[in-house]
Amino acid sequence: MPDLFTVIDDWLVSLLTGWGASGLILDIILSLIGSLVVVGYLLTLALFIIWFERKVVARIQDRIGPNRVGPWGLFQNVADVLKLMTKEIVIPSGADLIPFLLAPVIATATVLMLWAVLPFTRNAIGTDVSIGVLYLAAVSSLGFMSILMAGWSSNNKYALLGAFRAVAMLVSYEVPLILMLLIPVLLTGSMRINAIVEAQSIWYVFSMPLAALIFYIANHAEVARSPFDLLEAESEIVAGYHIEYSGMAFATFYLAEFLHAFTISALTATLFLGGWRGPFVDQVPTLGIVYFFIKSFAVYFVNVWARGTLPRLRIDQIMDFCWKLLVPVSLLLLVLTVIADKTALQFFSGYSVGGTAIEMLPRSAVLFGVNLLVAGIAVVSLAQQGRRDREADLYPETAVD
Amino acid sequence: MKDWTFIVILSIVAMATPLAPILIGRLIGPRKGNELKNATYECGVETRGDTWVQFKVQYYIFALVFLVFDVEVVFLYPWAVAYNRLPLFGVLAGVVFVITLAEALIYTIRKDALRWI
Amino acid sequence: MSLTPLHAIFALMSLFTVGGAVGVVLNRNLIYAAMYLVLSLFGIAGLFILLEAPFLAAVQILVYVGAISVLITITVMVTRCVFCKEPPPRQLTLVAVMAALVMVTLGFVIMTRFGGLTPAADVPADSIEQLGVAFVNPQAYLVPFEVASILLLGALIGAIFIARDDLPRDEEAVGGDDHA
Repeated sequence: MPDLFTVIDDWLVSLLTGWGASGLILDIILSLIGSLVVVGYLLTLALFIIWFERKVVARIQDRIGPNRVGPWGLFQNVADVLKLMTKEIVIPSGADLIPFLLAPVIATATVLMLWAVLPFTRNAIGTDVSIGVLYLAAVSSLGFMSILMAGWSSNNKYALLGAFRAVAMLVSYEVPLILMLLIPVLLTGSMRINAIVEAQSIWYVFSMPLAALIFYIANHAEVARSPFDLLEAESEIVAGYHIEYSGMAFATFYLAEFLHAFTISALTATLFLGGWRGPFVDQVPTLGIVYFFIKSFAVYFVNVWARGTLPRLRIDQIMDFCWKLLVPVSLLLLVLTVIADKTALQFFSGYSVGGTAIEMLPRSAVLFGVNLLVAGIAVVSLAQQGRRDREADLYPETAVD
Repeated sequence: MKDWTFIVILSIVAMATPLAPILIGRLIGPRKGNELKNATYECGVETRGDTWVQFKVQYYIFALVFLVFDVEVVFLYPWAVAYNRLPLFGVLAGVVFVITLAEALIYTIRKDALRWI
Repeated sequence: MSLTPLHAIFALMSLFTVGGAVGVVLNRNLIYAAMYLVLSLFGIAGLFILLEAPFLAAVQILVYVGAISVLITITVMVTRCVFCKEPPPRQLTLVAVMAALVMVTLGFVIMTRFGGLTPAADVPADSIEQLGVAFVNPQAYLVPFEVASILLLGALIGAIFIARDDLPRDEEAVGGDDHA
């Protein structure tokens, strides 16, 4: 059965060439249609995502959540958007207007641009650039400037302080993120995202669970959700760097944050959970989009679950967790993975680096063993460190400096 | 090169998308600014002093260490792409690179520079 | 020579690069100068894409815009007198004349020594993979690759050493319950 997206694409191309478009104009018109479709569906999805989150967090907190506006409260967010659109955007005195209004625009734009390289099915991808994974990392890092602009242009000490803390935290968690982004690239031999999905006959979460976990935790911190949401903690720094935003500008930041959370869930699903792969996807390619969304929502559910359940961490705990645990463990994992993989390739004859699920089984087993080893080392050293800290507290005289 | 047409168009559409609601909000929202409403927020009291923040060198140190690791990982990406083609020697060369930078991290941690005060 | 869209995009990217650089130098407001710097770096990334080096474009954005601009902006923002409207430096005309002289000389040298415009070479499809292989090839770039890591190590040690005196010491740290 042909892919639905290929059918639509071919029909559009024939329609446009019938009207006389060709070459670059054809590309531009197709890209424009594609962009509008992507942005439109993402904004609609955002309404659904926010509803989903509010309902799940409410149930975790033993209450019902929005249930008045529309069936099961589905139109609550529409009502919220309409309300925010009619509120005044208060420009604080002394604020710089252009960076003030540009910051939410850039924050949303960077999230929307991430979707250019995520594949929905084998053939439905915005553009399969040869540097897909690095494009993801690069576009994520564009968000830092928008935070600094927001903090600075508000002309508010707390906003500036919040912006610095936010950037320090986000920048720290970018390191384990890009280190663990290396792992799918390593195992596939290409940075193209469609290539990474095609190579996952055994999902990478099964062969490298620790890498998937570190990648997911780093991503969770990148979107600054609880337990890492110190940046907008009401009791500490009163909404951090978007303290002076109101009305539609605030709504844009809010939207960008939720959309970012869903985007990183989709990212994790694509890079580690096999993206559009699933049973019967060769015969009916359009099923790919169904699997993609099921996996993304599953990861998003874990995201919301963690957000609703875990307590907030202190900023120094967050930083220590990143630099003293995640980064050393990522480096150790990277080193041991490549050494184990290459030596196994040299000495085992049935060891293949690509192919069907059965062929990949030895490699997955070796990599899984390495993951277990590194996880064990991490847990043991954490336990020893914990014991040293406890004894230093209990017996201060005998503590070794 | 054709790949990038979509990204360019998407970036334009993506920048226009949040800009439109904000401009609409500015148009149809009320604009009754008064001195009290526009004053910057400082937990309910009057703002005192200039808006500048004491420079804590931690902000700078974290950004600097991130920069060093960013450049390192950027070197590792081509190595990772070529990984399947490399002999064991090539892989070990990459491992030496990573170990050198792990030493940098250990130095920074031991010198207590990555502490947030 | 007909005007192709590639020419238009090249002109736009050059405008970003040069215009951004001019904005950095001439703008009175330091924050706007930092924003113009980001624009200039984007222009350079665009030029890399036009040269069919997408890896370098992504590296440019990841490292320059993501890390170095953030560093520079943080430094600028804690400078006390960001809005001080200082008069423009007195030697501005002299500097502009010297810059123009340097540009003319360099342009002349490049156009005559290197034969002016040459058609771009073909970029192989797996250029990143070849780069990776070259990084660890002892006959190619292995030594610079390892030296780069030692350079980064040295840079980090130097920075920590310089910042060492400004870092709070153990005695001053209140253990565990006083955090900014």
